Amino acid sequence: MTGDLGVGLYVFMLATFVGLEVVRKVSRLLHTPLMSLTNAISAISVVGAILITGAQGATALSKVLGFIAITAAVTNIVSGFLITDRMLKMFKKREGPK
Amino acid sequence: MTGQVVDYIYIVSAALFILSLKWMNSPATARRGVFAGEIGMLFAITGTLAAHHVFNWQWILAAFFIGSAVGVPIAYIMPMTAVPQRTAMSHACGALAAALVGTAEYYRSVQLHTPLATFEMVALVVETLLGFLTFTGSLMAMGKLQEILPSRPLTYRGQNLINLTLFVIAAGLGIRLILVPADAWIFPIFAGLALLFGVLLIVPIGGADMPTVIALLNSYAGLSACAMGFALNNKLLVIAGALDGSSGLILSIIMCKAMNRSFTNVLFGAFGQIQASKAAVDQRPVRSASAEEAASILEAASTVIVVPGYGLAVAQAQHKIRELYDNLMRRGIDVKFAIHPVAGRMPGHMNVLLAEADIPYDRLVEMDEINSEFAQCDVALVIGANDVTNPAARSDTSSPIYGMPILDVDKARTVMVIKRSMSPGFAGIDNELYYMDRTLMLFGDARAFVAEIVKELPARATA
Repeated sequence: MTGDLGVGLYVFMLATFVGLEVVRKVSRLLHTPLMSLTNAISAISVVGAILITGAQGATALSKVLGFIAITAAVTNIVSGFLITDRMLKMFKKREGPK
Repeated sequence: MTGQVVDYIYIVSAALFILSLKWMNSPATARRGVFAGEIGMLFAITGTLAAHHVFNWQWILAAFFIGSAVGVPIAYIMPMTAVPQRTAMSHACGALAAALVGTAEYYRSVQLHTPLATFEMVALVVETLLGFLTFTGSLMAMGKLQEILPSRPLTYRGQNLINLTLFVIAAGLGIRLILVPADAWIFPIFAGLALLFGVLLIVPIGGADMPTVIALLNSYAGLSACAMGFALNNKLLVIAGALDGSSGLILSIIMCKAMNRSFTNVLFGAFGQIQASKAAVDQRPVRSASAEEAASILEAASTVIVVPGYGLAVAQAQHKIRELYDNLMRRGIDVKFAIHPVAGRMPGHMNVLLAEADIPYDRLVEMDEINSEFAQCDVALVIGANDVTNPAARSDTSSPIYGMPILDVDKARTVMVIKRSMSPGFAGIDNELYYMDRTLMLFGDARAFVAEIVKELPARATA
């Protein structure tokens, strides 16, 4: 097992363990924002969509599918980060004067 | 810019994504986490655009424009009560993106007569299979949460067998594609079966199981992005997908534990159609009370624990509860909120709603911490929660929810339950709690009833 596949599998294994450890420590209070945040992060698939759409000599099919994929991913990135921040802003420790 | 530079940028992005999740460990640092995630994403996208010779700019820019135009209003206009639906929708979007990229890549390789290597095909098949089934599955979940579709489980005979057969056929076609990538006619059938399987997988799942299912779909969406990383040989995609996948996995494990159920049970168990075995108990008397009586009991209490559930979200009662909380706290009454992990329709649902109403988060207490406090508390006020308070889970071995960890509401000196009617909860199970001597039923809409209680209270509050 050498080359890209091997390295990829190592990266996958390590990233999974890092993910499990890091997420385990996330406050239960924040599980909803956590989910919208990871959603935005996994919309990194936009990178793949850009490469498919922007490839030299991309066919019409590639362009259409890529276009939809970029739109869907960008929607996730934008709404995911913004709504996470909107939710987090609401978490306050002590109520100030109303 | 050369390809090497972009690799370094991707490493920075990956580190920022990990930091982003790490900072979510406390509300104090969480917003920094979002910022780190945004910067990581910005780096990754600009790096990609700069490093590769990208064509078809008009398509890419148009897609960015439309995506942002859709995303911004979603983020700002969406009411907090609709967050579970939005989450399901974004799982659908993420999975769709992965599936379509996989599809495009496959057809490109067929067209150019450059068959993909076996491991790339494996990744591509996993990516499209998970992507398509998560896409339709999430749409179904969204429909159920939005109540466009019936949120009760839809079941029929032989359901699991049909689903299993369908999945085996889809997987078989996937393997065939891996072995003979040039057989392009198989691909549409494969994709169609994956789409159909996603629908059938979620149809039998009821609303009460949504927290687990949403978390599981989250995990699938992440894994399909991860598979895309393998197909495109892009480590950043692998890392980000793995982070999302493991996050969804942890959340679904937490949800399963909170219901004392296994994955297979959630996915294949069809929880909701338990026959109302004890129909006779419906006839038993309950004590009900008016808002005025409830107000005077609350006024006399020194400690109150509020137990919110999905009914609170449905009635949008969070702001009225905040008024009640303020009023009681001003009287020196200690008010806390007991949060069951599966209260609501997604992990952390109640916390977000109560935070929206400006209730400080140190008043929101997890189940394990607060359960010992019920015995010393004067009033437990249950608002729109049912199964998570049912003592049958502790004592009745024949109950379908037996063994599920519950909030020990029944140990409080007085229990008050705001509920629309005596109809059983989501799982169709009668709740012993309602028939106890110490329990007062407050019948009505949660928001209206809490408002009435608040109205009865202020007489002496301003003094």
